Amino acid sequence: MDLRFSDAEIAFRDEVRTFLRTKFPADIKHKQDHRIPLTKDDQVRWQKILYEQGWVAPNWPEEYGGPGWTATQRFIFTEELSRANAPAVVPFGLNMVGPVIYNFGNEAQKERFLPDILQSNVWWCQGYSEPGAGSDLAGLKTTAVRDGDHYVVNGQKTWTSTAHNADWIFCLVRTDPKAPKKQQGISFLLIDMNTPGIEVRPIITLNGEHHVNDTFFTDVRVPVENLIGEENKGWTYAKVLLTHERTGIARVGQSKQQLHLLKALAGEQLQNGRPLIEDPIFKRKIDAVEIDLMALEMTDLRVLSSVATGGAPGPESSILKIRGSEVQQAISELQMEVFGYYSAPYVPETHRTDYSGDFVGPELASTTTPNYFGLRPATVYGGSNEIQKNIISKAVFGL
Amino acid sequence: MNFDLNEEQQLLQESVQKFVQNDYDFESRRKLVSSDRGYSEAHWQTFAELGWLGVPFAEADGGFGGGPIETMLLMQEMGKALVVEPYLATVVLFGGCLRRGGSPEQRERLLGGIVAGELQGALGFTEPQSRFNLLDVATQASAANGGYVLNGLKGVVLNGANADQLIVSARTSGDTRDPEGISLFLVDANAPGVERRGYPTVDGQRAAEVRLNNVRVSNQDLVGELDGGASLLQAVIDEGILAVGAEAVGCMEKLVHTTVEYSKTRKQFDQPIGQFQALQHRMVDMFIAQEQAKSMMYLAAMRMAEAAPDAEKVVAAFKVQVGNSARLVGQEAVQLHGGMGQTDELDVGHYFKRLTVIQHQFGDVDHHLGRFGAL
Repeated sequence: MDLRFSDAEIAFRDEVRTFLRTKFPADIKHKQDHRIPLTKDDQVRWQKILYEQGWVAPNWPEEYGGPGWTATQRFIFTEELSRANAPAVVPFGLNMVGPVIYNFGNEAQKERFLPDILQSNVWWCQGYSEPGAGSDLAGLKTTAVRDGDHYVVNGQKTWTSTAHNADWIFCLVRTDPKAPKKQQGISFLLIDMNTPGIEVRPIITLNGEHHVNDTFFTDVRVPVENLIGEENKGWTYAKVLLTHERTGIARVGQSKQQLHLLKALAGEQLQNGRPLIEDPIFKRKIDAVEIDLMALEMTDLRVLSSVATGGAPGPESSILKIRGSEVQQAISELQMEVFGYYSAPYVPETHRTDYSGDFVGPELASTTTPNYFGLRPATVYGGSNEIQKNIISKAVFGL
Repeated sequence: MNFDLNEEQQLLQESVQKFVQNDYDFESRRKLVSSDRGYSEAHWQTFAELGWLGVPFAEADGGFGGGPIETMLLMQEMGKALVVEPYLATVVLFGGCLRRGGSPEQRERLLGGIVAGELQGALGFTEPQSRFNLLDVATQASAANGGYVLNGLKGVVLNGANADQLIVSARTSGDTRDPEGISLFLVDANAPGVERRGYPTVDGQRAAEVRLNNVRVSNQDLVGELDGGASLLQAVIDEGILAVGAEAVGCMEKLVHTTVEYSKTRKQFDQPIGQFQALQHRMVDMFIAQEQAKSMMYLAAMRMAEAAPDAEKVVAAFKVQVGNSARLVGQEAVQLHGGMGQTDELDVGHYFKRLTVIQHQFGDVDHHLGRFGAL
């Protein structure tokens, strides 16, 4: 038992730090530090820098373009990215559909899709949830009916993040409505967003942002070569994807960075003429969440370490989802508390890069409450925390 | 980074597992708890034969040369069976003071006895007014004729009545609560002026109020530096926190397992109660609390083992986590066992009691949250 990094690992950490110091664009860092939402161009530019370095897909096998890192190296890399406040990669291509394609796709699909995912040339979104299929995902109703060498897709997907910016969508569709179990009639389809019959409508969320959408499919013709693996086996592939989605879901690095920010903010804002952080009651709330974060990080390392020695992330990774999202929310709530009355003003125009006037109250105040709202879905997406508890109950307890 | 045990550590873990499985069923434990001494001297001899009593001591002192990881493993396994033998008091606390601060003569004279199972020890570090503050020492040690005269009351001294030798904190200078001026002294438990009132604690263990009335000790009985006992005491108490924290993790593992199994057999409304989602999610919360405590246990043990600069802060964080997790797991295990959980007959309540005591032992959640914030 030993947590210390080896000399080689420390050298690797220094290499990552040097890279971030020299290659992480200052304008993107400015936006990150001031909570200004990144544009698609910002995100693509950053991901291409990571790609040039060979570091854009730490979890991918080397044969498909991964860097061949150990679990500890991946941990160090994520940690350093967060420390520098560098954005994480958009997950839909690199962390979600990519692994499904290299695990279950045919050679033609790998050649066609993987390079563009690595180079961020093609922007993906995820077509899983439907109005009637949330936690009960297998109850999805979007149909794909075979017609010659095409599938004809009809239905509605919802909560499709970044669909308005996406070139492609990976979808779960029902290909056999008569299958004895609803999980058995589902297939995994890749669909070009430019195909006629697709309509994207924005959904504005509590934080005032347009991130998610409703996506409608009306007689959308999809070539059969875009089917992943076998027809009606899509549920199996989707479950693998969910497992990949859960690795890294602890968000330890981001939470550390946000905790750091929380302490800084509480050190600036005053109460009775003294920094708020000197208030013992408020300080205790910060300390309590810091300890929660320490425990979460260690559980994350335990899961990483068991994966490194050959195991797949098991039901324990559900703990990471539950506690990770709870810690994120707790920190965002304390950040909001810091600003008192100034948690209320909502003036998004002051947070555009070209804005040069005065702020209402402290500079970060008006993005802090939207950030709190924006993190409420953390306990809902990726399998709600209640679903995660069902998973633990079934897989760990045998109930 | 790795979480693997080496071969010696695995063997140690297996030897404790084997002992508690074969020789420590709950009904035998119940008899020990109500026996005269409150533990089994035969078991204590077994501990000596298996080498457990020498685990933390240097090989030069006749020990096993283990460290925090080994203590953690041993206590975690003992926690699963609610072992009442005074390992914490004699080996971790009393032995820890000697290991860290004892003179060569003291180590030579006493550690061999501990390792052989021939000596019981106790550490008196708390007083009626001191609550969790180790520096709040009113017991006085006045210099006299090449030695000291001790006067005061040490409270809730674990294993105090069964101990052959005591180590007590006393003030050699400064005012109550001054960090400087605390010294530790070895006291023969049967010396004139030592008055002990032994009693059971709610968790089936034993403690004593130890009154010191003009007890004479020599200069050679000073353990560690004169006036500099506070840091030694804090270091030993931190080892105690790791020990009881690991024991608590063992207790929690047992309780979570027992509760889940009970939920599969207990039927109401024509089905096992484990089928009810309301209960499933509560058991998952218990499991998460157990795993978070285990994670912090590994962190604390490894940081202590490498003598990391932040080890003290991590230990405080560990105790906060243990306090929170132990409370949740203990209370929920009793609740989910319903009426049966309230009985003395079932072992569940006894694990709950031990966890309840550990919540407060060496400082509760509030105390260590404050300490964490101040460090």
